[in-house]
Amino acid sequence: MAYKNYLLVCAGTACESNKGKALYEELQKELQAQGADAEAQLVKTGCFGFCEQGPIVKVLPDESFYVKVGPEHAQKIVAEHIVKGRPVAELLYDKKQSSKSADDIAFYQKQKRIVLRNCGVINPESIDEYIARDGYAALEKVIFEMTPDQVIEELTNAGLRGRGGAGFPTGLKWKFTKNVASDQKYIVCNADEGDPGAYMDRSTCEGDPHSVLEAMAIAGRTVGANRGFIYIRAEYPLAIERLENAIGQAREYGLLGEGILGSDFSFDIEIRLGAGAFVCGEETALLASIEGKRGMPIPRPPFPAVKGLWGKPTVINNVETWANIPMIILKGSAWFAAIGTEKSKGTKVFALTGKINNSGLIEVPMGTTLREIIYDIGGGIRNGKKFKAAQTGGPSGGVITEEYLDIPIDYENLQAIGSMMGSGGMIVMDEDDCMIDVTKFYLEFTVDESCGKCAPCRIGGRTNYNILDKISKGQGTMEDLEKLKELAQAMRKASLCGLGQTAPNPIMSTMKYFEDEYRAHIVDKKCPAGKCKHLLSYTIVADKCVGCTACARVCPVHCIGGEVKKVHTIDQAQCIKCGQCFEKCKFDAILKG
Amino acid sequence: MTATAAKEKMLTPEIEAFIEQWRDKPGNLIMVLHRVQGEFGYIPREAAFEVAHALDIPVAKIYGVITFYHFFKLSKPGRNQIAVCMGTACYLKGGQDLIDECERALGVGLNTVTEDGEFSVEAVRCIGCCGLAPVVTVNGEVFGSVTTKGMAKIIDQFEGK
Repeated sequence: MAYKNYLLVCAGTACESNKGKALYEELQKELQAQGADAEAQLVKTGCFGFCEQGPIVKVLPDESFYVKVGPEHAQKIVAEHIVKGRPVAELLYDKKQSSKSADDIAFYQKQKRIVLRNCGVINPESIDEYIARDGYAALEKVIFEMTPDQVIEELTNAGLRGRGGAGFPTGLKWKFTKNVASDQKYIVCNADEGDPGAYMDRSTCEGDPHSVLEAMAIAGRTVGANRGFIYIRAEYPLAIERLENAIGQAREYGLLGEGILGSDFSFDIEIRLGAGAFVCGEETALLASIEGKRGMPIPRPPFPAVKGLWGKPTVINNVETWANIPMIILKGSAWFAAIGTEKSKGTKVFALTGKINNSGLIEVPMGTTLREIIYDIGGGIRNGKKFKAAQTGGPSGGVITEEYLDIPIDYENLQAIGSMMGSGGMIVMDEDDCMIDVTKFYLEFTVDESCGKCAPCRIGGRTNYNILDKISKGQGTMEDLEKLKELAQAMRKASLCGLGQTAPNPIMSTMKYFEDEYRAHIVDKKCPAGKCKHLLSYTIVADKCVGCTACARVCPVHCIGGEVKKVHTIDQAQCIKCGQCFEKCKFDAILKG
Repeated sequence: MTATAAKEKMLTPEIEAFIEQWRDKPGNLIMVLHRVQGEFGYIPREAAFEVAHALDIPVAKIYGVITFYHFFKLSKPGRNQIAVCMGTACYLKGGQDLIDECERALGVGLNTVTEDGEFSVEAVRCIGCCGLAPVVTVNGEVFGSVTTKGMAKIIDQFEGK
């Protein structure tokens, strides 16, 4: 190492927007001011995944893992750690033992990083650092040492399946496109990560953009395509910037463009921006959007692998799928196939969020159990509450309840219990979350995002939403449950694309596992979790109220009356059920129910 | 009055140069609309007509695209744009309460601009900072773990600035 120390500062969106940028600048200033810039190098890296504890700074070579670092800590880190060589104990994740490295933290212990191998390790804005970690070696191998059939065989043997959610075998997809004769073929990267509560692809593009470019070029070589498009959400400005920068560098190094590495293979990549339409995650809709049109899906077959972008054969894979490929080529299919379960190989990245202690981005081998993810990696449920369910697959998925915490997570197992792998959103819910409310949230999303082309999705979704809304207001009937099921079946069978076909999944799944909650809303007119505002009332317990007026003062609609030191009352007609009085009362005098 | 002056163009020379650069690329419309919105904060009617002319695409088709995608706006947002994240993680942690608070504090509903043009509030899909949920952005600046009280403070912070 040329420098004595390396300071790795997370430059992912969550950390950077949480004063991480100011922290980086402050560290830079302090290194200069304290004359330490010759000894230590400051490096911006991609996401460490431990977003809950951000901004994160890792100091090499001793691997000190600093969490929740603010710009105000820069002076101390430089003065103590860099100049004097003493880690700043109070900023370490494990405060009792100084110099505890990231590998020892429970959050990382059960993880295996293949897709995120370079995130938090290299500077995503430097192609040299990517190359130093064997970057573009896989592309070189594919161009000079492998035939296209060998590449496809390698992917097939590895058992790599699409990480966008459906799990289609990647090797097979490529084979279809390779075997079609056409004057023009395309490679497309789906980075239109629309699942609310998921950000795996964004972090990969931000933290390791070259891995996506390299894999796309490999696909180009394999199927005989010379142009690629990355379709990415406009809401991800940092990821777009990093990808643009990476494309520029790769062209400069002759790794994209005409005659790559002196061979006869030419391939170039352009970025196309999405514009906020969830349906564009569906491949035919995505292609329509790249073509500059409204993103409406069309019936398949023909599949894009045969007839895709501008009618030409097109390979579409998701960011996470792409990021796996260079490693499979370099390390071999046997290495990859040894990880995971019988039918699901490799790892899966999840965005672990919700009511969990350690929110963040995690990568685990397929076959890891939900219990390991939630309790070992995620550190359990926040505020000591009780686990209720984990939701995977976003608006197209379902819930996993306590009794299934120990099943190994893979494509088949999740499907068997009525959820799905999805793109990797994993939202943990506790006892305070109402399943009807959450289902309504997802339905509202899919209704809003339905493109409106086919009736089952357009009308079925809206009708189902209306029924759920009715139930959440205590106006539902038991017949409504039958109607929900019937409509859900119709949508599954008759919708044109994945959006409509999977939109009823949250309903089916919550009805299966939380039927009692539906009944409570319908029969008892109660929301057990206390979330549905129409079924909720706040009352003041006269015995406990001391008349401190705290509730009256915090009430935004001034519906709490009463004199000082006398019992207060809530005017139920005016109450908007915001719960602020409940939060404020120190005497437990307000009853929610 | 002599000859009327040529009607002033809405699109800046920079945007026109951008259009020129994209003119021959198939599927250019969405990229051009992004550029226009980047300049004005929304897509003014006049600009849409000029884009139609420049790219030789019917205005109806352009409006078809604009209205299909959530990202494109047809009316001018407030000087301070508040975006409350309504991704699942933020929703579970109280995103809706923050929207209610904004509506209450500013007296306007979602996607409406306050009378003085200072603020507009919108609900957005996941912005990918789930670790900081619930999240609000104002003019792109991210605020994490926002409470309803904190929301009021954030609004104060931007008011009149």
